[in-house]
Amino acid sequence: MGMTITEKILARAAGKSGVEPGELIMAKVDFCLGNDITAPIAIDEFEKAGFDSVFDSERIALIPDHFTPNKDIKTAQLVKQMREFCKRFGIRHFYDVGRVGVEHALLPEMGLVGPGDVVIGADSHTCTYGALGAFATGVGSTDLAGAMATGEVWFRVPESIKFVIEGGLPPYVTGKDIILYTIGQTGVDGALYQAMEFTGSTVDGLSIESRLTIANMAVEAGAKNGIFAADDTTKAYVFGRFIREPRHVYSDADAAYATTYRWNAGDIPLMVAKPHLPSNTQAAAELNSIRIDQVVIGSCTNGRIEDLRMAAEVLRGQKVHPDVRCIVIPATQAIWQQAMEEGLFGVFLDAEAVVSAPTCGPCLGGHMGILAEGERAVSTTNRNFVGRMGHPGSEVYLAGPYVAAASAVAGHIATPDQVGTRRAAA
Amino acid sequence: MSATTASGGDAAVGGGGATPTGAGAPIQGRAWTFGRDVDTDLIIAARYLNMKTAEELAAHIMEDADPDFPQKVQPGDILVAKENFGCGSSREHAPMAIKGAGIPLVIAKSFARIFYRNAFNTGLPILVAPEAVDGITEGDTVEADLATGVIRNLTTGVTFQADPLPAFMRELVAAGGLLPYLKARVAG
Repeated sequence: MGMTITEKILARAAGKSGVEPGELIMAKVDFCLGNDITAPIAIDEFEKAGFDSVFDSERIALIPDHFTPNKDIKTAQLVKQMREFCKRFGIRHFYDVGRVGVEHALLPEMGLVGPGDVVIGADSHTCTYGALGAFATGVGSTDLAGAMATGEVWFRVPESIKFVIEGGLPPYVTGKDIILYTIGQTGVDGALYQAMEFTGSTVDGLSIESRLTIANMAVEAGAKNGIFAADDTTKAYVFGRFIREPRHVYSDADAAYATTYRWNAGDIPLMVAKPHLPSNTQAAAELNSIRIDQVVIGSCTNGRIEDLRMAAEVLRGQKVHPDVRCIVIPATQAIWQQAMEEGLFGVFLDAEAVVSAPTCGPCLGGHMGILAEGERAVSTTNRNFVGRMGHPGSEVYLAGPYVAAASAVAGHIATPDQVGTRRAAA
Repeated sequence: MSATTASGGDAAVGGGGATPTGAGAPIQGRAWTFGRDVDTDLIIAARYLNMKTAEELAAHIMEDADPDFPQKVQPGDILVAKENFGCGSSREHAPMAIKGAGIPLVIAKSFARIFYRNAFNTGLPILVAPEAVDGITEGDTVEADLATGVIRNLTTGVTFQADPLPAFMRELVAAGGLLPYLKARVAG
């Protein structure tokens, strides 16, 4: 029996010739990370267990991105604890304000994660790196503590589910719409404990940014990881960037899948996930009656340069609706600089949107854009649970950058066509 | 040896039953019932994640589901939920808040995978028992034997069997939690 990409990567990391779904393995990690919410507890546990060394100071990144720039004294203490731990153990992949970005945008951009890797992160959206052909999954702080100390982590080898997506996408439909459509079909636990493998002609044509968006939200279907086979797009992205040698891995023709889903790309509209689950999806064009108070464009899901270009395409020459606050958050310093140099900030400022420093901030109701009771946001982030962005009586509608920007202009959920965006020549 | 815990709160768990197989006496408590997809933002909202002790977090447990829940829940009470309990973020603050509130056990039809890991890694007992969940009403008194997985609804008199623990999870528990397990591996 052949193996899937996920099984091959895990077999290699476990030092085995093969693994099967359901098998429990100890795997060596190529890279591990934590953030300002999870790393402090990992450090506490590391110290409490009496460890006095890290397995490899080059293979650990501690990224203070959630509540930074420090939102309060307690947060400042957490980040200080991370900073001191990294100094003590010579961990140089610690990035403070001015260098930091949203972790799952920053690590691929810096080439710290790449094809064939096993990556664990004490953050559920660590699955983002599957876009590059890595096995990457979220864990808790104690798992991170163990990995920092020993370089090992336990896994139950997941079954794989295959998503075959074929054909051309309708105008403005991107990776975000594909993954919201997918979660709408599977439900929020439709891929529980499983690997989601994405393939097909549509996937072949997707940018790295769209693939990162799709893999990012695999966890919202309950999955352990999302994964894409590396192709020329991947290779071009990691070339000269990835700090290790890429290990390109492909599923065998006779690999076993628990389920195979097939989507026609042409059937996927511009999508929105309504409160309070990412699976509660509906076509954006059917939701014009939903009036909104805030738009957030950013996050580990959609805060990359391509996302900001999409938002600018809609906002160019337009004004944000007078009843709406529109917050644009480039996910890293490099994205920030590129957006500035491309003139996107001029577009956002003319439209009367605000541009923030890189931070997870409002996505998790941390800071920099919290909702009051009864308020509604359209957000390019990944979760719309009760109270996710602020008051438990507020609401979050998830969408991609095109719908978010169009909604900012309209003052209600809208598509680019509905606010008169003229499609740039392809 | 009890499982490694993120911080205090074990004293409230009682009976030494802080490990998922729990060598101690059966756990007995009053049930609080929840639906499916209880996410970690609901268990402990992100606005409290600038704190990291079980006591501080327990003061806000399930607050966005019911603002009075932190006051209503009593040490020894048990959480009972439908599918996908603990979905969402990887925050270990969620099992910490539960333990901090003195809740000795969560029974669910299924658990989201990171929450499942975190529960074992930090020593919060959990049982997967779909039939028991259907057979428990809020306020019922429930008794659970972690060693055998037998769950008794003392209010109705009905007995249920939880799914057995995978062998590896038993090994983790026997070692006293994830970090002692890994430490022994490295030393070995």
